[in-house]
Amino acid sequence: MILLPCAWCGPRDATEFQHAGEVVARPDPATATASQWRGYLYLRANPCGWTTETWYHRMGCRRYIRVERHTETNEVRAVYPGKAAG
Amino acid sequence: MQPIMNGHRQGARRAAYPARYSALGLLRRGLTHAEWPPAWRSHPLKGSYDVVIVGGGVHGLATAYYLAANHGISNVAVLDKGYMGSGGSGRNTAILRSNYLTPEGVRFYDRSIQLYRRLAADLDFNVMFSRRGHLTLAHSDSSLRTMRWRAEVNKAQGVDSEVIGPAEVKRLAPFLDVSTQARYPVLGALWHPPGGIIRHDAVVWGYARGADALGVHIHQDTEVTGIDVTGGRVRGVRTGRGDIAAPVVLNATAGWSSLISGMAGVAMPIQTFPLQAAVTEPVKPFLSTVIVSGTLHVYISQTDRGELVFGASVDPFTSYSMRGSLEFIEGLAGHVLELMPALTKVRVLRQWAGLCDMTPDFSPIMGHTPVQGFLVDVGWGTYGFKAGPVSGEAMAKCIATGEAPEIIAAFGLDRFAEGALVGEKGAAAVGH
Repeated sequence: MILLPCAWCGPRDATEFQHAGEVVARPDPATATASQWRGYLYLRANPCGWTTETWYHRMGCRRYIRVERHTETNEVRAVYPGKAAG
Repeated sequence: MQPIMNGHRQGARRAAYPARYSALGLLRRGLTHAEWPPAWRSHPLKGSYDVVIVGGGVHGLATAYYLAANHGISNVAVLDKGYMGSGGSGRNTAILRSNYLTPEGVRFYDRSIQLYRRLAADLDFNVMFSRRGHLTLAHSDSSLRTMRWRAEVNKAQGVDSEVIGPAEVKRLAPFLDVSTQARYPVLGALWHPPGGIIRHDAVVWGYARGADALGVHIHQDTEVTGIDVTGGRVRGVRTGRGDIAAPVVLNATAGWSSLISGMAGVAMPIQTFPLQAAVTEPVKPFLSTVIVSGTLHVYISQTDRGELVFGASVDPFTSYSMRGSLEFIEGLAGHVLELMPALTKVRVLRQWAGLCDMTPDFSPIMGHTPVQGFLVDVGWGTYGFKAGPVSGEAMAKCIATGEAPEIIAAFGLDRFAEGALVGEKGAAAVGH
């Protein structure tokens, strides 16, 4: 079992959450080129190690959190409130 | 005269090593208790090769084999950071089928089934292909509709697929609960007779033996630590055992494929998810087909040894961890029992996980990259094993001719920039 310490609810089982994926900077749709936009849509760093990602507490407070997680050990280092995913 | 076997050139290039397997040889060794020679050899790492293939799984070894067998390119090294087949090739659930959703996908996987059918003869190695038929259950109107769609696309490509009703499902798989009392009643199924299961390790070993006999060097425990690129061209790879110069490098890895491509500076639209599977203790043969349920996220087959092999959809979050989880085995057992209540007393022997490289459209990424000489055969998600032979054949042709063959033209890396995705989610994944 993996515990994610929700910024609002405290430590909760990861099965309560929905993984929303790596944090990727969203380019401005008005000025972004097609390739920048496709990069935002599809390209991911997908690191084997520490990554910053968004999780949605679907079966809890229904708010988004940012989590620093190690993708090989699933260790969680830091959690902070995240803005709603765009 | 060179005998032509199954379209592959054979004969003169096949060295004296290893001797072909035969009934007489088996009898002789049985009587004399003589040792079998190793099926492939170890070689010192050379400083340069014509082609370096990263990843010693079914894709990498098949590519090496077809490079040598079909194109006469045998100065090839296959590198693996572990042992051969230690990744997805040894962790999948060994199911073969070609009942996909897009014409590109159906054509591609059907070619793979054709190659698998004659693989034992081509490789002189028993790969134990059992064409027992493949049943994909529909538990809802929408999945029944998708199956009709798939059946029509399949038939248009000459692939045998048919939608059948619950009574026919019951006849094919008597232990399935097809009653209307089930939580998710079986409304019908996509019946795909050419599908089946195969001995996945034997496929890896057969390709390794075949490639080795044609002069390919297989280097296990050889981890690639870097890829040298200068002037937009690949120059070679760096490994834990020394550097190798090569004008062509193929990334045929799974799980770590985006990291290997990253070494060459090629960004990949890939995320790595674990997929878990489990196997039970052996029981008497009772299940003669492969059973798949998308709604229940499970697929079931019985091996020749009698074990039941269960697979699932990918885990709900990205990870490079290959540890099994209790949530998985609990959920899986519940789903299996919903389909086959008779299995309540059967015990699970072990569970494991493999890494799946998921692409946005559930189709692979094959062919050239912006770095000259650096090719990819990656993004194999949950469907890589069944595509091993056709991928090897197509990538070998791609390397030998410098052009992506028509059968993989739709799977290029540039499709993401052009928005020409090949959406296979409806037929490739059980978790949707």
